[in-house]
Parts: sequence; structure tokens; C-alpha cells
Amino acid sequence: MKTRYSYGGDEHIFVEMDEEMSLDAFFKSLAMSNAAREANIDGVREICPANASFQVRYDPDVIAPEDMMAKLKELEKKAINAEKRLETRIVEVPVFYQDPWTHECVMRFRERHQDPSGTDLDYAARINGYDSVEAFIEAHHSAPWFVSMVGFVSGLPFLYQLVERDKQIEVPKYLKPRTDTPKQTVGYGGCFSCVYSVRGAGGYQMFGITPMTIFDADQKVSYLKDFMVFFKPGDIVKWKPIDREEYDRILKGVEDGTYTPRIAEVTFDLEDFNTDMDGTNAKLMEALNDV
Amino acid sequence: MTFEVVKPGLLTTIQDLGRPGYFHLGIPEGGAMDRAAMRIANMLVGNPEDAAGLEAVFMGPELTFNEDALVAVAGAKMPVYVDGDERSSWSSFPVKAGQTLKFGYLKTGARIYIAIAGGIDTPPALGSRSTYPIGALGGFEGRALAAGDTVPVGKATAKAKERTLDQSLLAELPKPVELRVLPGLYWHRLTDASQKQFFADEWKVAPEADRMGYRFRGGNPMEFVEREQPFGAGSDPSNIVDGCYSYGSIQIPGGSEPIVLHRDAVSGGGYFTIGAIISADMDLIGQLQPNTPVKFRQVDMASALDARHERNARLEKIRSALS
Repeated sequence: MKTRYSYGGDEHIFVEMDEEMSLDAFFKSLAMSNAAREANIDGVREICPANASFQVRYDPDVIAPEDMMAKLKELEKKAINAEKRLETRIVEVPVFYQDPWTHECVMRFRERHQDPSGTDLDYAARINGYDSVEAFIEAHHSAPWFVSMVGFVSGLPFLYQLVERDKQIEVPKYLKPRTDTPKQTVGYGGCFSCVYSVRGAGGYQMFGITPMTIFDADQKVSYLKDFMVFFKPGDIVKWKPIDREEYDRILKGVEDGTYTPRIAEVTFDLEDFNTDMDGTNAKLMEALNDV
Repeated sequence: MTFEVVKPGLLTTIQDLGRPGYFHLGIPEGGAMDRAAMRIANMLVGNPEDAAGLEAVFMGPELTFNEDALVAVAGAKMPVYVDGDERSSWSSFPVKAGQTLKFGYLKTGARIYIAIAGGIDTPPALGSRSTYPIGALGGFEGRALAAGDTVPVGKATAKAKERTLDQSLLAELPKPVELRVLPGLYWHRLTDASQKQFFADEWKVAPEADRMGYRFRGGNPMEFVEREQPFGAGSDPSNIVDGCYSYGSIQIPGGSEPIVLHRDAVSGGGYFTIGAIISADMDLIGQLQPNTPVKFRQVDMASALDARHERNARLEKIRSALS
């Protein structure tokens, strides 16, 4: 891992832990952005952690850019020794794979895709070496995922799969971003899965849709009463494949306030995970299944 | 006090100076594209500078006032009428109950700002009344204004009186338009030749220019320094592991058309960025019409800060002239 610092104009500093994605890079970025927050530096306006990088927005009328840069570089030493352990939660997110709504959108934007003759799922399964779309879907939901960034649009989570690198799915983004994506589409780009929190533009491949609302500006959804955004970095997600009937049932439950996502409190320790991925994942699943 | 929207124009939204603090969740700061014009419109009617007003793009709305009001229009050059009688921009004027505020055709610039003494009084969302339509947040029911909307206005302060701005205090629009860029972020991904070409080319504002970002066309495609794409980024040389975007940063998906991210920008994503427009030039972008020729000019941090101080000093002069 090699840390790179850069100015983003006169108001931002961008810190990249590593060019490539890894949980080590994520934990270091989280530790540094936490340290930057705790340091309470005068002039800091916002701290935005991302997958393997973070950004600080500051007011150059209050602190000189080179002073801000020096302060962030100092924090790096502190972050190296930070604990790579999170008290977090695992959430079950229902997914209707191969649903009619994302399928319609997949077909509508075919000319912007690498393979206009098939679907996003056909393409993703093939380039990742799976015999069938079914086997590929199975791989997508069999292991848990880690929310490594929230952003793009309102409350959209980026998720990183908790498996060995050689088992991770990788797909390119669309050749040209789409102008439309159904709300709550489960997408995929690079090594990241995502849930499109709102309808709008998007460049990720489309695999399915969840009936679970994850952003609600009006905060009418029962589990978003405290805050309009559901996900935060560090959350762990387990996709649960569902059919049309269950999709409709959950959607109605979200609307009438009777649906509550299945959630368990868990601890995630990076070293434990790196030593024993299957064991760690089994423990995470046990916690979820006990709910 | 309220006003009725008779015609909404093209895209008229309620805006103030934005809602900082939620970018890490993908909710942009938003607020007026041309911050200085919004501030000055507010100063002209005696409002706090961060009061909410209207931002209209390319075409003005038609508004009927239900009570007497003091109004000011700033920003793009567009004739202003009250019941058919012309009024001046950059000055405040009374509008009587029952009268209608209307606009003529746009002459220069892209966005006008309408301030009303007392400020628009819709409920704030996350600390701001700015409309963020994608998240259905803020403004009037989270959307642009529509015909038939009745918009509430707060109580005017004692500072509400007629004023006129001496327009020699305003910055001149540079011709041809130059946008100053501080290279950085993923600048190193471009070849030396491509770096030079980017500043040598003449670009044009594309039709896809909105509150999220301004796209530019007409320059040469970028050439990338060769590398093996890092794990997790995606296979196109313009792809990166998804990270945060700076306001004003310039992303170039596929290496062909630069997009300058603006007030309602996405907070992050997987396309490389080559640096950012300096903060002093962000207001100017919001006044560019499609097809406007633009040159990007490379500056260093010292010049970026000089330009920022100059802009602050100019605003301070206007502030004291209008107080």
C-alpha cells in the first residue's frame, strides 16, 4: 500500500491509501478519516471516507492548504496503529434477481453495453467464468458483503464481497453511463456491488432489485424514522434471493410500516477475517440467523 | 405572505447557500449555482445572505404576489417586468398585491436569482431550503416549482428598503471564457502530451450542463499513461476504485468529454478526475450557456488563493455598498 496525497482545487485534499481495493486499504482510510475528525482541525468543513481513499474539504481562508496537508500527513502515523475492529451490524437485504423492471432497463440501454446481444447477468456470468446465470447469482449472494463507502447519490452503499480475492466478482462499468436506473436496483461495477438508493443515472451492471427502501427524505418508512439514510460504512450485508411473490409482500410491508429488516449486532475483526474467512463468515451468519 | 406560480419557467428551484455536512452520505451541498448573485439579490432586499430565493435557468418564471413585497433580481441578463412595466436587475423594487412578476428573453448568462424580502419560508431539510430533486429533498416538496404552487415567504426585516447596486462593482465576464484549473487528483494518469493538449484545446459547453455537472465537448480525446488496471477499478483506463469527488473536479469518463462537477454533484464514483476548477471560478460556470467556447487555464495554488481573496474582497465591497 502506498499513500498518495493530492489537492482537489483550493478547497479539498484527497488521500488515496492504495490504487487497488482491499479491506486493509479500507480500514486504513477509515482510521485516518476518524483521526482527522477527532483532531478537530480548525477550518475542516467535511470529511468523506471512501473505499480505499478519503477526502477532506476545508476552508482555505481559515487554514492554509499546505498546513492542512501537513496535519493530515501527521495523522497517517497514528492511523497505522489503529485497531482494525468494528462493532457493527449484519443486515439481511432481500433481492429479486432477474426482475422485470431492471430487465426492461437493461434492454433499453443495450447500445451502451459491452455485449449488446445478451443481458448484464449473462455477460457478468460469462466473463467471471460461471457456466450459468444461476451459478453466478448463487456466487453473488452466498457470502456476506461489507459496506465500504456510502455516496454517489443519497445514501447509496458500495459493497465489497467478503471472500478471497480470486473468488471476487469483477465487471466493468457500462461503456457510457445510463441516464436511468430503477430505484433500488442491485448493481455491480469494478469489484463493488451497490444498491441504487434513488432512480437516476448509473454506470453499473444491473443484476436485480430489492423491495427494501434505503433512503427516504420524508422519513415515513418505519426503520428510517431516526435518519433518512439506512447504510453506513462498516455495515455488513447478506443478500437473500426472493421471488416475485415475496418481493410484493415485502414492498407492501415497507409501505404500510409492518416490514422491519432482519439485523443482528456483530463484531468484525479484520485480522480474524484474514486468518479464517469461512469461520468468520459462518459466525456472522449465525448471528443473523439467530434473530 | 405567499406568491403563486403562474408559469414555472424551464427549471425554477428554491435555493439558498446549501446544506454542507452530508456529502459523505451522497447528499451534495447544493444551493445556488452562482452564489455571489444569490447573496447580492438577498442583500438588495435586506435579507440575510443565506436566505432562500429562486434560481431560474434560461427562462424566467411568472409569479403573482398575494401581498405587497420587495423583490430583487440578480445574475443573468434578462428583462424584468412587473405587470408589463420594466424594472432593473441588480436593484430592489416593490411589487404590489395582485401584481405579476414576469421576464423577457435571456440576453447573457444562464441563471437569474430572485430574492424576496423575508426570504422563502418552506420547511428546511437537513438545515437548508435548497431543492435537491434527485433525493426529493428540500425546496418545494423536494421538486422544481410547478404552475399552481403557492410558495410561502417569511416576514421582511426592518432592513427591507429599495436599493440599487453600482454594477461597476461586479466582475466582468472574461471573453473568451477562461476557467482556471488546479491540476491534481489523477492528473498523473494523462500523458504529458495529453496534459498540454487539454489546456491548448478550445472546448464548448455541451447541452448536458446542469446543476450536477457541466459537460464540455470539442477537444481531443485523452491519452492515458499505460498501466495494469488496479484490482477493483474496472477495465477502462478512465476507471478508478470508486472514491470521493471534489466539487469543481473534472472527470473524463472514457477520456473523451470532461465533466465539471457542480453544486448537485454526485459525491463519488469510479471515473478518474484530473484536478479541479478553482473555487473563485465556480460561480462563473453556472452562468455559461450551452455552446459557449471555453479555454481551461492551468494555475498553481498561490494564484488560486489570490483569485479567492480577490473574489472575497469584491463581495465585501458590495456588502458595504448595500448595507
